[in-house]
Amino acid sequence: MSNLTHLNISDALDGMNKGDFTARELTQAHVNAMEETRELNAYIVETPEIALDMADASDKRRAAGEVGIMEGIPIAMKDLFCTKGTQTTAASHILEGFVPTYESTVSGNLWNAGAVMLGKSNLDQFAMGSANITSYFGNVINPWQREGSTAPLTPGGSSGGSAATVAARAAMAATGTDTGGSIRQPAAFSGIVGLKPTYGRCSRWGVVAFASSLDQAGPMTRSVRDAAIMLEAMASYDEKDSTSVNIGVPSYQKALTGDIRGLKVGIPKEYRIDGTPAEIDQAWERGIEWVKAAGAEPVEISLPHTKYALPAYYIIAPAECSSNLARYDGVRYGLRVDGESLDDMYERTRAEGFGDEVKRRILIGTYVLSAGYYDAFYNKARRVRTLIANDFKKAYETVDVILTPTAPSPAFGIGEKMDDPIAMYLNDVFTVPASLAGLPGISIPTGLSNEGTPLGLQLLGKAFDEETVLKVAGVMEEAAGFSALPQLMAGGK
Amino acid sequence: MSYRVKGNTGEWEVVIGLEVHAQVISKSKLFSGASTKFGADPNDQVSLVDAAMPGMLPVLNKQVVEQGIRTGLGLRAQINLKSVFERKNYFYADLPQGYQISQFLEPIVGKGNLTLDLEGGETRVVGIERMHLEQDAGKSIHDQHPTQSYIDLNRTGVALMEVVSDPDLRSPEEAGAYLRKMRSILRYLGTCDGNMDEGSMRADVNVSVRKPGDELGTRTETKNVNSIRYVMQAVEFEAKRQVKVLEDGGEIVQETRQFDPSNGSTRSLRSKEEAHDYRYFPDPDLLPLVLDPKWVEEIKASIPELPDEKKERFIKDFGLSSYDAGILVIDRDRADFYEEVTKGGDPKVAANWVTGDFFGALNKSGLTLAETPVSAKQLGGLIALIKDNTISGRTAKEVFEAMWETSKDADTIVEEKGLKQISDTGPIEAAIDEIMAANPSQVEAFRGGNEKLIGWFVGQTMKATGGKANPGMVNQLLKKKLAG
Repeated sequence: MSNLTHLNISDALDGMNKGDFTARELTQAHVNAMEETRELNAYIVETPEIALDMADASDKRRAAGEVGIMEGIPIAMKDLFCTKGTQTTAASHILEGFVPTYESTVSGNLWNAGAVMLGKSNLDQFAMGSANITSYFGNVINPWQREGSTAPLTPGGSSGGSAATVAARAAMAATGTDTGGSIRQPAAFSGIVGLKPTYGRCSRWGVVAFASSLDQAGPMTRSVRDAAIMLEAMASYDEKDSTSVNIGVPSYQKALTGDIRGLKVGIPKEYRIDGTPAEIDQAWERGIEWVKAAGAEPVEISLPHTKYALPAYYIIAPAECSSNLARYDGVRYGLRVDGESLDDMYERTRAEGFGDEVKRRILIGTYVLSAGYYDAFYNKARRVRTLIANDFKKAYETVDVILTPTAPSPAFGIGEKMDDPIAMYLNDVFTVPASLAGLPGISIPTGLSNEGTPLGLQLLGKAFDEETVLKVAGVMEEAAGFSALPQLMAGGK
Repeated sequence: MSYRVKGNTGEWEVVIGLEVHAQVISKSKLFSGASTKFGADPNDQVSLVDAAMPGMLPVLNKQVVEQGIRTGLGLRAQINLKSVFERKNYFYADLPQGYQISQFLEPIVGKGNLTLDLEGGETRVVGIERMHLEQDAGKSIHDQHPTQSYIDLNRTGVALMEVVSDPDLRSPEEAGAYLRKMRSILRYLGTCDGNMDEGSMRADVNVSVRKPGDELGTRTETKNVNSIRYVMQAVEFEAKRQVKVLEDGGEIVQETRQFDPSNGSTRSLRSKEEAHDYRYFPDPDLLPLVLDPKWVEEIKASIPELPDEKKERFIKDFGLSSYDAGILVIDRDRADFYEEVTKGGDPKVAANWVTGDFFGALNKSGLTLAETPVSAKQLGGLIALIKDNTISGRTAKEVFEAMWETSKDADTIVEEKGLKQISDTGPIEAAIDEIMAANPSQVEAFRGGNEKLIGWFVGQTMKATGGKANPGMVNQLLKKKLAG
């Protein structure tokens, strides 16, 4: 029983099916683990009572022969998903105390599939950040430490709480959302698997919006198979989200054949960037060797507009956020700071309710949309976006997937890069292009850095071809045999 | 005669463009399932989307799109098969999202036109620049609390059509005619109820003045004027104000103005410098709206006969004057009523009756057409009695009054009151003989050449028959008998 928290989802499902343990036992073990790893600050709200109630209900269903694809699996829910009856904050002060009367489509799908909610995981405020340091509820600590040091590292962001708690074995999996890399980069920093599906694969309904044309929910797990299982549970066509796409959800596990012979794996030359640490490039080379050894063919490709992706992203995402966050005005819900007049009330509420990074992006977004600057910034960024999407389209005429590093560095220390927003934004350099193109991507842990912290590689696929991405990821996972464990973990190392 | 404002330096021409905001008739709102019914308790018809709760997303209402297309077709306009919803960003307490979803660069409806029906049956065609769909805002209520405002979100998210005219209007009367015609078309189409007092139709009034033949002057925009009369007043006030400013050596400031119904004036609301920067951009929650041309064709096929075509037909088929036809087609119920009446026989007589006695009686009793005590069929029945000489036109008026009182059919009343016209020659001849015998000197005078006396004889005969004698027959018989 003591190692229940080390199981993968697929093993836990088998165990419960065989009657080795119950959902309640599995959940209790994770509730304990959640308490034990509180120093990570991975949760904004823990919901142990809800978790145990849901686990009991799951056991009853299982006894009655109703077994969902995530039946009895305890997970963390990123606090960007609205959960009926449970506070949802987006890690902001402005939404502190907000309790939705509705359930997001994705969380609802997971509960319908039998999953159990452990709590609401911490994140960068409104999902804006790459180090989980912009949360109003404090930063999240990566369970991994550099060899010979106890200095706290960031778990990455924005889905930092989700990544940290899954890595620390305090949740079997977690939901994330990815706007420019917010699933993949923290997955890489925390040594777990993070999958950003194709834009439109998972419904955005009930997810607090950051940048609507980019936001996409996805699973964060400890294995590729778990990611496949969880994506199947999360994904659906949703009439309530006009950008959701009506394509049937396949059984993603079936894609994990282990056979990638003959597949062409694109290696984009533009992702070799000056100043990237050698260990990142070496990890990439290893990855290329693995797919080659498995019978796939690495092919050098060009994605010529890659270098414009980051600037375009930091125009488009703030532009949308500046408008999306206008609704937090103190009038109807969340924080209100009274003022002399309506405008004064707005100003005080928003000044107090939003953190610095959120304000920075609202300002940037307002600026790039304003009269006189619109064409130079916003419209140009949209054109760049089209060019980037076309780069990928062209590449996929010859290759099946694309292999790149996930992030330009391993996890950095809390306090590093903090005073330089641009350095922070560079974290997303490898993840942003696929976000702009709406394409699926996965990060898998492939080894450790020189400092003993995880390194991730990213696989990008064609639109709605999560299956090939998962298939190749599964083969690489096997080859990598990543089994290292973090220092700060439930039950200790 | 063109409308001109007389100034000290001569005559000025007024240039007017109107932006009409018309509430779309639809069961639910533009992007949410909440009801659009008028008159509910405050905040009773607000969905999570309307209240802009976190994570809520708009979903376009197909019925509204269909109504938009209908309206575009009714305005003889181009339907754009691709259009884009954009966000118009500004803060206000009754705008929960912090932006209004509207259409900006790519509206659903492009150029079209509308025919003005002017005084004396004249017509003039004015251009429509575009029409787009957008969300309405909520309502702020400022008079319920000493320091706070109340917000009612029932109207938030209700679909509006904004129809923008070309600057083709040249007088308050034309502005009024434009709005009347717009309302008429929208009501025919069933896309807007046109009830300006309920706020379902409002207009932004753009006015500038110039010396005839000059370039366009700087315009002002008077916002949210909610009656046709007020629009006409606003035009007149603005035109005169602008002429005075210009003649006093001043300049017109491009600005937004507000109409004051208490004295028919306008006052400055905000200048161009203070204008909002709305930061329009395509709404990333919505895909571009792409229409299936087959669907547009289907909608086209379902468009009813509109006032202009109906008017043409009435003139052509029924021989009506442009003026009468224009009055009859203003709304569909009226036109339908009239057409039903024509089944009684003579369409021209029917038109006279409908526009004359019938509308007069409606007006006098303050009733709407739907509340009429005399149905179209009954009125047609009355006209049929005139046509077949059962009663005279004069008697018909008496019968009509009785019908109005009792809602009985014309023939019942004629029967009951014994008003049936005497078309037997016998009684008429007897009456004539009697009159001639009693008035030999008049007969002598007539025969002596004073033929005007025929009128006197007709009068006497009608009097003697209690007004029931068929006047044509009386004339004919008198002429025969007097001729000797």
